[in-house]
Amino acid sequence: MVSSSSKLVLRISDLAYQWPGAAKPVLRVQDLGMTNEERVFLRGASGSGKSTLLAAIAGVVDVPAGSIAVAGTDVGQLKSGARDRFRVDHVGLIFQMFNLIPWQSALENVLMPCRFSRRRRERAGADPKLSALRLLDELGLSDPTLVSALAMSLSVGQQQRVAAARALIGAPDLILADEPTSALDEDAKTSFLDLLKRECASVGSALLFVSHDRSLEEGFDRVLDITEVNKV
Amino acid sequence: MMTSLSLAVGSLWNRRFVAALTVLAIALSVFLVIGVERLRVSAKESFANSASGIDLIVASRGNPVQVLMATVFGVGSTGPGIDWDSYEMVEALPQVAWAVPIAMGDNHRGYPVVGTTPEYFEHFRHSSGRPLAFTSGHSFSEEDGAVIGAEIATRFGYEIGTTVVNAHGAGEVAFDLHDEAPFVVTGILMPTGTAVDRMVFVSLEGFDRLHAEKTTSVDPFAQETRANSDPVEDATDGVEADHHDHAHEPDKINAIYVGLADRGAVLSIQRAISEYPAEPLSAVLPAMALIELWSITGAAEQAIVLMASAVALAGIVAMVVMLSASLEVRRREFAILRSVGATPLRIFSLIVLEAGLVTVAGLLLGLVLLGALTAILEPVLLSRFGLQVDASASLLRESWLLLAILMAGLAASFVPAIRVYRMTLADGLSFRL
Repeated sequence: MVSSSSKLVLRISDLAYQWPGAAKPVLRVQDLGMTNEERVFLRGASGSGKSTLLAAIAGVVDVPAGSIAVAGTDVGQLKSGARDRFRVDHVGLIFQMFNLIPWQSALENVLMPCRFSRRRRERAGADPKLSALRLLDELGLSDPTLVSALAMSLSVGQQQRVAAARALIGAPDLILADEPTSALDEDAKTSFLDLLKRECASVGSALLFVSHDRSLEEGFDRVLDITEVNKV
Repeated sequence: MMTSLSLAVGSLWNRRFVAALTVLAIALSVFLVIGVERLRVSAKESFANSASGIDLIVASRGNPVQVLMATVFGVGSTGPGIDWDSYEMVEALPQVAWAVPIAMGDNHRGYPVVGTTPEYFEHFRHSSGRPLAFTSGHSFSEEDGAVIGAEIATRFGYEIGTTVVNAHGAGEVAFDLHDEAPFVVTGILMPTGTAVDRMVFVSLEGFDRLHAEKTTSVDPFAQETRANSDPVEDATDGVEADHHDHAHEPDKINAIYVGLADRGAVLSIQRAISEYPAEPLSAVLPAMALIELWSITGAAEQAIVLMASAVALAGIVAMVVMLSASLEVRRREFAILRSVGATPLRIFSLIVLEAGLVTVAGLLLGLVLLGALTAILEPVLLSRFGLQVDASASLLRESWLLLAILMAGLAASFVPAIRVYRMTLADGLSFRL
């Protein structure tokens, strides 16, 4: 259901992808769409093609033209360098762990997309640093010593929150999260998820959250199983 | 660019211990390469400076390099001496502006003693035409007067009026002291950075007196030594021991420094002298003899330059090892950078930039080390070897060498950078390594 203020940020149609040299496709997606107002939970077991699907959406692997559109742009038509620039302009990524550059401070890590993308920098407001501090504050990292601490000195939970702030800064159209809570304990998982969903709503980014953990499904606008999406 | 620079600096700072060691390795390479270059150029300059202002050196026929080494640098001997008649012949040639006789073969505490005339101090030029100057005192006017080079004055603390005793032969250890014929220092020369600093100058009369008075020595030991070794010494010294007081006209001298009124006539004069019928003579062009000398020392020089280059190469290899060894560890870092918008090409350039920074830091540190060490060692180099290490002397060549090292560093960094490029393309955004 698409409301008047919502817009389509992801459209996958007739996608078939196989790794170079592989005998059969690893992805076969008929139709998948997401609006900027949606937080979608995609569940599936390991090796079911979840990560490959995220890589295809992020433009890391070569997909056929016309199969994936992100924010209205056909990712398959972009050349390699253009895809890299497009990704940082429109997509925020959060991974399982080792998300941050260890020798940079939390704040520097959050500001990283603004250094590579003018669009993200412009959308982060007049002073991206203030925007980064606000995001960190909302994600529970307001302590100045934590903000300026090197990423490697932070706990895993703190690192994931910094990673979330980095994905959210400059309000990209789509946030892709690949098992971002697997290294967190139960309490931390719930609070991290709540924060992430709330912040995505607040900045206006769509969220595609991928996990094998069914206990996290609650509170998402849509829950999809990879087997429904990927018909290989 | 600023982003890449700050990322490169940050990443290097994160690995600062290893990075510092690499910078040090490159600094030492630069130190050695540029140090060898400066020494080489300074040594050549020092040699060339020593012989400037002299158009021809006339000596008994022999190897030009040997003549040059013996007369200008006081190393070795000129072979048999030449007759005073030959000196008069040369002096009388119309194209000759001045001719200064040189007698050698004695030493003062290992430093060569030169018998000459006061004109020597007027005509000798060093370091691109600069004349000799006295720190104190003046040329010798008396038979027993001596002028000493700056290094001798400093090393032995001699002053005007100090009495010095010379020894027979050119070796450092002398058993045959001319203590019966002492000299009094009348003048001390200003430092020249050439062999002159390490020479004692006496008048021809004084030089001859040494040998004339020797026979009357009452020292039985000296007497005995002399009696045993006389024939050999006479043959090798080149100063015939015809022990009479020749006053202004010795029988034999070792060489003549010649200045020409018209330098264009140098070849015809050279020919005229070599065709002199009375005795076999050589007229050596110092510049040509130097070229010949460089061709002899060239192989050793090449070997040293080659060794320095090998060390420089080792420094570059150390950097490639440092960058390559860190790649596996940094794989995640690169994947993170890609996820936030860095293209593989950007990461490639990041590695090259890191190499550039390390190399430039190594170059600067190497130059600073070299500058500091030169400043410390300069007095020693000058006093012991007569080497004035002048950084500006080989600036252009040094710049090329530094540029070559920088380029080699950047080119070498392509090895790890290409690996990173491939790695980041293959890894994509995969973090689960």
